[in-house]
Amino acid sequence: METLYLLIPISVVLVFLITLAFWWSLRSGQFDDMEGPAYRILMDDDRSPPAAGAGDGRPGRSPADPCDS
Amino acid sequence: MSETQSTYNYRVVRQFAVMTVIWGIVGMLVGVIIAAQLVWPELNLGFLHFGRLRPLHTNAVIFAFGGCALFATSYYVVQRTCHTRLFSDGLAAFTFWGWQLIIVLAAVTLPLGITSGKEYAELEWPIDILITLVWVAYAVVFFGTLAKRKVSHIYVANWFYGGFILAVALLHVVNSAASPVTLFKSYSAYAGVQDAMIQWWYGHNAVGFFLTAGFLGMMYYFVPKQAERPIYSYRLSVVHFWALIFTYMWAGPHHLHFTALPDWTQSVGMVFSLILLAPSWGGMINGVMTLSGAWHKLRDDPILKFLITSLSFYGMSTFEGPMMSIKTVNALSHYTDWTVGHVHSGALGWVAMVSIGAIYYLLPRLFGKSEMFSVRLITVHFWVATIGVVLYIASMWIAGVMQGLMWRAVNADGTLTYSFVESVKASYPFWAIRFLGGVLFLFGMLVMAYNMFKTMAGGRTVDDARVLVPAAHHA
Repeated sequence: METLYLLIPISVVLVFLITLAFWWSLRSGQFDDMEGPAYRILMDDDRSPPAAGAGDGRPGRSPADPCDS
Repeated sequence: MSETQSTYNYRVVRQFAVMTVIWGIVGMLVGVIIAAQLVWPELNLGFLHFGRLRPLHTNAVIFAFGGCALFATSYYVVQRTCHTRLFSDGLAAFTFWGWQLIIVLAAVTLPLGITSGKEYAELEWPIDILITLVWVAYAVVFFGTLAKRKVSHIYVANWFYGGFILAVALLHVVNSAASPVTLFKSYSAYAGVQDAMIQWWYGHNAVGFFLTAGFLGMMYYFVPKQAERPIYSYRLSVVHFWALIFTYMWAGPHHLHFTALPDWTQSVGMVFSLILLAPSWGGMINGVMTLSGAWHKLRDDPILKFLITSLSFYGMSTFEGPMMSIKTVNALSHYTDWTVGHVHSGALGWVAMVSIGAIYYLLPRLFGKSEMFSVRLITVHFWVATIGVVLYIASMWIAGVMQGLMWRAVNADGTLTYSFVESVKASYPFWAIRFLGGVLFLFGMLVMAYNMFKTMAGGRTVDDARVLVPAAHHA
């Protein structure tokens, strides 16, 4: 099984790199807030405003709506 | 919430989103054709027979349909969650046209029999090089966008997309290593069982990273957005990501049970496959429980129906998979239609349904509408597709178990009870049901295409979606 001499080193290097990424994310504060990010994507209103004069009866809110924040 | 002068790049998202539907129809049509060829062998016309068309089907649905869905959603999600435009419009356009060229080249070379013979990696070396170039550009665009994000936190969906992009790059380069002989022919850098091991290391990780991690990224953005509720547990989603990528890489040998692969390697593959049940179900429960307290939304929102049903199929197939990797179960299921059913409960039930849900979410936003042309047609699509998947996997379960039992049945004197062709004959009714299931799923995609073109016709191409200043900055 000579391929294992390729696949196992790849796995070892990979685990090392993944650990490094995990360590970086831990140190840089990626996991400091485990609640906020889930809500923050919902505060990003991505509904498209209707084109001028092309209202279809159910206009989405404008992203620039000052009441939004 | 205030806005800046810059806009999001919706153009490339729109292109990939539309092509997702188109390639979905093409890939599933080829699937229906080869399903028909099994029921009516006289449909194997000339060189367009099952053997040539099957790799075309798998490549088209995985890399053309699934690939376009991943490109479209990852470009959308990374821009919206990082509050910044894509790193490079030029490179993003290159990934779109490059990926379409690869798909067209695959559609020409595979039926002509130009293949490297490696499952899910059949394309010959010049196309493999093109894939590498496009993929590097994809990584540059994605990670470049992450690097210039306007918020410090990287939303969990981006971690899944990022993991998928890097893992697929590694898998592709290692597995496609080959010595070219001519423009259309190359030989793998590995031989015999070594090649088989590399191939299934690639093959199962393609399932794990292309068809799972990428689509989980999609799930973690579009399920909360469509449900208008935060993910059930953000903490669990982070654990899900790290657990999945730390444990995925070694499940491949379960594709080679009872082959020339050393027995202990097979057992390692089985153990890692069983471990995978934990992160998979953690993610599935996390997604479904997002609706906790808002189950009524499922009643009249067909997009949410697609997304939540896809998670049910994800849970089902990630339970079935580890079970099938157990050697004693595999002794019955290996080489039967059970495997085919398992793959399709993942591919149609999970991958296709979550993509369809995400694309229905995106289309109105990309074409300046508040919703799709017809919400009713989305409901029709949902029910037709669901019935199609159920017919498909139930018929394959029955056919698979029947085949496995017939092949292993022995008489008192030790001779085989059934000849192989008897199991083929017994499978016909189930292949006919599978064909019907496939036709229903394809019909659903045609309904989707009609709905999409109607939405496009009444809409406008949105190119002025302003980049919003992240909400947290007001605090």
